[in-house]
Amino acid sequence: SIMSYNGGVVIAMKGKGCVAIAADRRLGVRGHTVAMDFQKIFEMGPHLYVGLPGLATDTITVAQRLKFRLNMYELRENRRITPKTFASVVANLLYERRFGPYFVEPVIAGIDTKTGEPYICNTDLIGCLNEPDDFVVSGTCVEQAFGMCEALWEPDLEPLDLFETISQALVNAFDRDAMSGWGAVVHVIEKDKVTVRTVKTRMD
Amino acid sequence: MADSQYSFSLTTFSPTGKLVQIEYALMAVAAGQTSLGIRAANGVVIATEKKLPTTLVDETSVHKIQSLTPGIGVVYSGMGPDSRVLVRRSRKQAQQYQRLHKETIPLSQLVRETAAVMQEYTQSGGVRPFGVSLLVAGYDDHCPQLYQIDPSGSYFPWKATAIGKNVCNAKTFLEKRYTDEMELEDAIHTAILTLKEGFEGQVSGKNIEVGIVGPDCKFRVLTPIEVDDYLGEVD
Repeated sequence: SIMSYNGGVVIAMKGKGCVAIAADRRLGVRGHTVAMDFQKIFEMGPHLYVGLPGLATDTITVAQRLKFRLNMYELRENRRITPKTFASVVANLLYERRFGPYFVEPVIAGIDTKTGEPYICNTDLIGCLNEPDDFVVSGTCVEQAFGMCEALWEPDLEPLDLFETISQALVNAFDRDAMSGWGAVVHVIEKDKVTVRTVKTRMD
Repeated sequence: MADSQYSFSLTTFSPTGKLVQIEYALMAVAAGQTSLGIRAANGVVIATEKKLPTTLVDETSVHKIQSLTPGIGVVYSGMGPDSRVLVRRSRKQAQQYQRLHKETIPLSQLVRETAAVMQEYTQSGGVRPFGVSLLVAGYDDHCPQLYQIDPSGSYFPWKATAIGKNVCNAKTFLEKRYTDEMELEDAIHTAILTLKEGFEGQVSGKNIEVGIVGPDCKFRVLTPIEVDDYLGEVD
């Protein structure tokens, strides 16, 4: 299956005035692990991140194309994009390729700098937006990830607690998946700062 | 739009460095009925003369002031049919923006894109520039804004301005009366008075059109009865 060719998983969670987005670091070619430092989360703004699990080549291309559209927006409109608007841009970019899609299922996490409102969403590979209030998952071990998130997430977690929660959810989910893992990176986005941490995990 | 035989531009530079077609287009605007706009502290008002060739024309079916989005309105001076084409294009651009970004287009962006359309027609094959200047009114980020767009495609934000026949007198009148702290109601009165200055004959709700956008960010055209009420207050 194309979506599980390279492997990978991304999770995002909402907390109290903060969001967190986390991904594994594996890049594989079917069963053969080729890299343990593959970037799946990209910064699109000081408080806006997008995770792109799926086919690795599309991960890179979609990230570049999104950055292009984002830069054009910010130059034209002379302002930072809001997470909600960015999600629409992502959905539009994916739907443009409705009958020959990019094989990525993006996860978007950010904070609207004007209102301080946290925002997460994910889309399918052709741009259907899903905007829940708790968490979003995407990748090769979604079932495991859904289970872990459902069990561990609770509303209004503080940034440090959110970090613990999302790390545990991600690590335990991808430990049950052959195609994901080999390290994890977690971004915790608050109104005034972003903290990036790498998590020590089983390297298998 | 450009035939194979007319793939060259009809708007070409004169030896003095001017684009004569644009100059002529501006003359067409200057021959059109007066329109004006005033930006108040809490809203924007645009107004125009609506003098019809004979009394036999049904004035209720003529709409010179139109909305581009629920929050943005436009009035023109010059050739009516040209303005209709631009209104149609602008509305489409606004909707495309909305579809892509899922939010209403900011006024400055719409003005920019409309101006780009007008500029295209000064540099494409087989077409002539638009014979209208537009006054676009709306709210941008909680600030009321008024823009003028010329046939050349240049656009300027204004505090208060007039275009069309009676420009000089109208602008002098506005310069004297305009204050930065003006409220929307004062602006409407001033707009009506300015139109009255250059009007040949009696002004009534039937031969002028007034559009306003207030702090609620909704653009609407005043009904003839409302205009008559304001006229009554002004007298």
